[in-house]
Amino acid sequence: MSVVAASEVLNPLSSGWFLENSWLIPIIPAVGFALIIFFGKRLPMKGSEIGVISMVASLGMSAGSAYQWIQRVGSAAEGQFVEPVIRTWNWWQIGGVNLTIGQSIDGLAVTILVVVAFISTLVQLYSIEYLHGDRRYTHFFAALTLFSAGMLAMVIAEDMILFILGWEIMGLCSFMLIGHWWEEGANSRAALKAFFTVRTGDMGLLVGVAILYFASNEWTTENLGVSGFSIHGISAWALSGEPNSTVILMASIALFIAAIGKSGQFPLHTWLPDAMAGPTPVSSLLHSSTMVVAGVFLVARLYPVFFEGFDILGAGGNLIMVIGAITIVIAAALAFVQADIKKVLAYSTVSQLGYMMLGLGAGAWLPAVFHIFTHAFFKACLFLGAGSISHSASHHSFDMRKDMGGLRKYMPITFTTWVISTLALCGVFPFSGFFSKDEIIDNVGNNGYTMFMVIGLVGAFLTAAYMTRATYLTFFGEARGAAAGQHETEHASDHGHDDHGHDDHGHDAHDGHGPRESGPLITIPLMILAVLALSSGFLNATPFGKSWEKLKDWVEPRAAVVMEVHASGPGESRIRAEEGHHSSPCGSETPKEGVCFAPQLEHAKFKWSKALLSLAIVFAGIALSWLLSVALYTKKNAKLVGLTSRNKVLGAGYRLLANKYYLDALYEQVIVRSVAGPISRAAYWFNQNILDGVLHGVSRTTRSVSSWTYRNIDQRVVDEAVNASGRATKGAGGVVQPVQSGKVSQYGALLFAAASVVALVLVIVNT
Amino acid sequence: MEMLRDDNWLLSVGTFLPMLGVAVMLFVPKVEERLIKAVALITSGATLAVGGFTLMRFDFGNAGAMQFVAEATWIPVIKSSYFIGVDGISLPLYFLSMVITFLVVIYSLDHIPSPGNPKAFFSLMLVLQTGMAGTFIAQDLILFFVFFEVVLLPMYFMIGVWGGEQRQYASLKFFLYTMFGSALMLVAFLALFFKTGAESFAIPFLVENGASIAKNVQIWIFAGMFIGFAVKVPMFPFHTWLPDAHTQAPTQGSVILAAILLKLGTYGFVRIAIPTLPDAAIEWAPYIGALAVIGIIYGALGCLAQQDMKRLIAFSSVAHMGFVMLGISTLTSFGTNAAVFGMIAHGLITGMLFFVAGSVKERYHTLEIQRLGGLLKQMPRLGWILGFSSMASLGLPGLAGFWGEFPAILAAYNPAEGLNVTVYRVFMVIAALGTVLAAAYLLWLFQRVAFGEPKPEFAGHDHDDHFHDVNKYEITAWAPLLIAIVVLGLVPNLLFKVVDPAVQGALSAFGG
Repeated sequence: MSVVAASEVLNPLSSGWFLENSWLIPIIPAVGFALIIFFGKRLPMKGSEIGVISMVASLGMSAGSAYQWIQRVGSAAEGQFVEPVIRTWNWWQIGGVNLTIGQSIDGLAVTILVVVAFISTLVQLYSIEYLHGDRRYTHFFAALTLFSAGMLAMVIAEDMILFILGWEIMGLCSFMLIGHWWEEGANSRAALKAFFTVRTGDMGLLVGVAILYFASNEWTTENLGVSGFSIHGISAWALSGEPNSTVILMASIALFIAAIGKSGQFPLHTWLPDAMAGPTPVSSLLHSSTMVVAGVFLVARLYPVFFEGFDILGAGGNLIMVIGAITIVIAAALAFVQADIKKVLAYSTVSQLGYMMLGLGAGAWLPAVFHIFTHAFFKACLFLGAGSISHSASHHSFDMRKDMGGLRKYMPITFTTWVISTLALCGVFPFSGFFSKDEIIDNVGNNGYTMFMVIGLVGAFLTAAYMTRATYLTFFGEARGAAAGQHETEHASDHGHDDHGHDDHGHDAHDGHGPRESGPLITIPLMILAVLALSSGFLNATPFGKSWEKLKDWVEPRAAVVMEVHASGPGESRIRAEEGHHSSPCGSETPKEGVCFAPQLEHAKFKWSKALLSLAIVFAGIALSWLLSVALYTKKNAKLVGLTSRNKVLGAGYRLLANKYYLDALYEQVIVRSVAGPISRAAYWFNQNILDGVLHGVSRTTRSVSSWTYRNIDQRVVDEAVNASGRATKGAGGVVQPVQSGKVSQYGALLFAAASVVALVLVIVNT
Repeated sequence: MEMLRDDNWLLSVGTFLPMLGVAVMLFVPKVEERLIKAVALITSGATLAVGGFTLMRFDFGNAGAMQFVAEATWIPVIKSSYFIGVDGISLPLYFLSMVITFLVVIYSLDHIPSPGNPKAFFSLMLVLQTGMAGTFIAQDLILFFVFFEVVLLPMYFMIGVWGGEQRQYASLKFFLYTMFGSALMLVAFLALFFKTGAESFAIPFLVENGASIAKNVQIWIFAGMFIGFAVKVPMFPFHTWLPDAHTQAPTQGSVILAAILLKLGTYGFVRIAIPTLPDAAIEWAPYIGALAVIGIIYGALGCLAQQDMKRLIAFSSVAHMGFVMLGISTLTSFGTNAAVFGMIAHGLITGMLFFVAGSVKERYHTLEIQRLGGLLKQMPRLGWILGFSSMASLGLPGLAGFWGEFPAILAAYNPAEGLNVTVYRVFMVIAALGTVLAAAYLLWLFQRVAFGEPKPEFAGHDHDDHFHDVNKYEITAWAPLLIAIVVLGLVPNLLFKVVDPAVQGALSAFGG
């Protein structure tokens, strides 16, 4: 693939205005945020227009960049490394370190840019209606816009510092948006939990970046003229054969911890379902299709580091795969016991992120990135669908068991888009999830990890099953609770149990209506997303042959050995591919000359036999779950209903799931409680009683010594023995007195004299 | 070190101008409160203007050099002279002290703490300003010491007279503790003086000649300075005066204490202790680093245990100054730059947090976290400013706090030659854990104070005159701080480019 014939001349790469100015993409919403904060409330649409306009502008620029990137790829020779479009500016210099800030646009970046800008735009449009009349409408749009700016900044980042900046801004916005209805304790607790859990992972980001910087800086400065913060510098360094394997392993582990926190991987996944306390557009944008993929993006972005650090493609698997695989299964299992439709989707997100991690860990880089891409559309659609239901049919409830059922009749558009997206999520041909998820599973097996492939298939079965259950409960069977028009009583009783906080946003204009379809600002985004959930898989439709593998062409970095060319201006081609190599050594051995920016990866050859097997598994999941759902929820089969309370094994399993494997209990009851409670109290006790106790002891002793001195020596001995020098005695007493009484005016002379004496002693002793 | 002597009147004017204000104020009758406030405002404003002019005249291309240097005989008997100047390390702190005093004066126009008496209050504040500015410009150890001590008295009275219920205890503790440190510091200064041939107290002279002192002697002298500065910073375990002083001090006192006074200690390390005694610094650095990271974790745990908002912020200072000291203890220019940035950032952010705490106290008459809640609902602006300051304080990138924290962690990965790398990497991980705890206590504070519904006892007061949102005095005093936090967060080079050359010079003994 990376063959470049010796005779072939390397083509100059094309560029364009959009590519050169991609740094504007995050700047636009950042400015939009400031405008909303300062002027939003005075505008006719309370600031939402600024949010939407800035997102549309970002989307336009992202699309332009994507188009020009495709042209750039087209202008390259086959196998030629298509270098990213890098532009940097000096940010700060200290201690000889020169830190730059800037953009680095490549296939991965443009893919995510388009996804983020696109979903953000739709979610903003959707929110105009969904949050209409909300008491903090302007704030909501401000935070949503800032969030997009943060994510986009992270995606274009050329250096790790800007990456961290974007990453943390997302964390902040997540906090603000989850806690949007902070009047209720549950919401503010969920916001705190989300920020804090992710922040725990961020420790790894700080440490990992520090390790990478110091390990790589010398090499990158010498060979590429960039600092050890530069992402493409670090990538090249990782593949140069230079790094010490322990150092790069430590860096990988540290960074992966950050990815675990952000992407809700086991064991730090517990914040994500709670984050559903935020308004539904937030869940759709942040906690399904964009922010939570930041961890996956981190691994994909610094892939060479993880590739070398974890020895990806080595025998037996690695930490990324193990975490990914565990996450797929445990999250999918949890999705079965949820009554809240958004929590089903939340666990589904966790599980799908596990697939992406599994893919990355197994060397299936492109399928994982492709899955980010397709997952964004169908998951956003599902969340917005859930929002549509609560907005128009279930009176702001998300409880599938109590307030839904039979909704397909009332909400044809929501239903259709939901089903399309569900099929995409389950991986049914020809919906988009099939192409991406199956690619991951296929490549995991192809790279020799049979056991992990089996886990992937089990996950596919579980996914199909829990989504069928959710679909059945929501749209089929008979209408219950609010969906049947009984919202008044249900509404009140809901308040108590619903631990995600009631999706109550202060407008009750719909009181008294039965379930109906939502308005166009809600259904149009749903339809657009459903079309993409159906079609986006064809961007890389491996079953139809090479000519359909567009995304691979455009996005996957070509693993060519690159020779460095220094003499050219900024933004110009500084790198050209080495000629005459027949297979790229990148990733497997150290290039003798030149540098690599991406490891050579294999791709599984598509076989219908394998695809049919996984399709069969999916259909089995759907069918089995459908039959069970009918039996349980509609026919109320006596053998099945209440089985978990009769059968001990099943009951134990159910309790384990219902208590989320007791991880929350471990974190909240054990770790957080003990640090916030006994441990900090012990530290404070130490402070008040030991440290201050010593201090008070010293001061008491000083006081008693000085008063004893005054009484016994000054007043008695001195006074009585040397009557004649009474004046002198008083002087001496005057010296002692201020110390005990705390009178401060005379301390100077005393201090100076005492210090001089001590200093003299010190000098004399030391000479 | 290069000395530039242009405009050598500037620093003296900037430093002693507040004293002129005090002199004028002495002639104003106590009852003329408006006039007294006007004098205070004009004096601090004029001082700030001189500071601004100093910034304009400062040769930024030569920030490593001592500038505006003035020298005059002062106490020839002990070879101490009036020797002043600023370089890239002292200039930002010097200017910050002026900004903070001016803003605190603005805030005080509307918020004189009981028992009143603005005349005495403002006079003390202006004296304090002279002491703080003087400490940052002094290039002679005795002069430095005098200014260092001048700062003590006004603060002692500020806490002791205008403080809370336990003001007597807190002010005395503050005073005696710092005094104890100063005494040892003075011993160290004198020892340094004698060991370098009893020729001069000038810092540049001592930097040149200090290195020739035998190592074991250096270690002892450093010990004295260490105690003196560590108490002021304050470093664990010498910090116990701080929470009491902060909790009892009036808002103005807390702000100045956090923003400037604590920096006198860290500044002392960077300016005096480390450059004059490089061999001792290498020996001491790991212990300083260890105490710094203990302080980070310990301070954070202390925060988690607090029931009082102001006391919590005070403990957070212990943690934040731990990051500063960790940066210093690496003895690298990277770490020291981070430390100086951390000093400024902490000054702005924690100063801001104390302002907010003061305003909360003024409205609710309590800072007990349990009793507060729903601040965002009753006073949205005040609530959001608290949220913003908390975010800045926990080191959110894009705001100033990040640039003090992250580079300090980074620097610990690779300390100066001669320091044990493994030990420092352990410090790095512990410090990184400190950032998590910082998020925990600050957000927990914010959640309890600002989110939720107001507690019943305060719920009905919405239309009370007392229960207003941020007023114009407050916003005027705070806006510059808030803006500076954002600007320095986005363009850290504004500060780094001034500090860096000077830090390089100060650490030349360690090979940069």
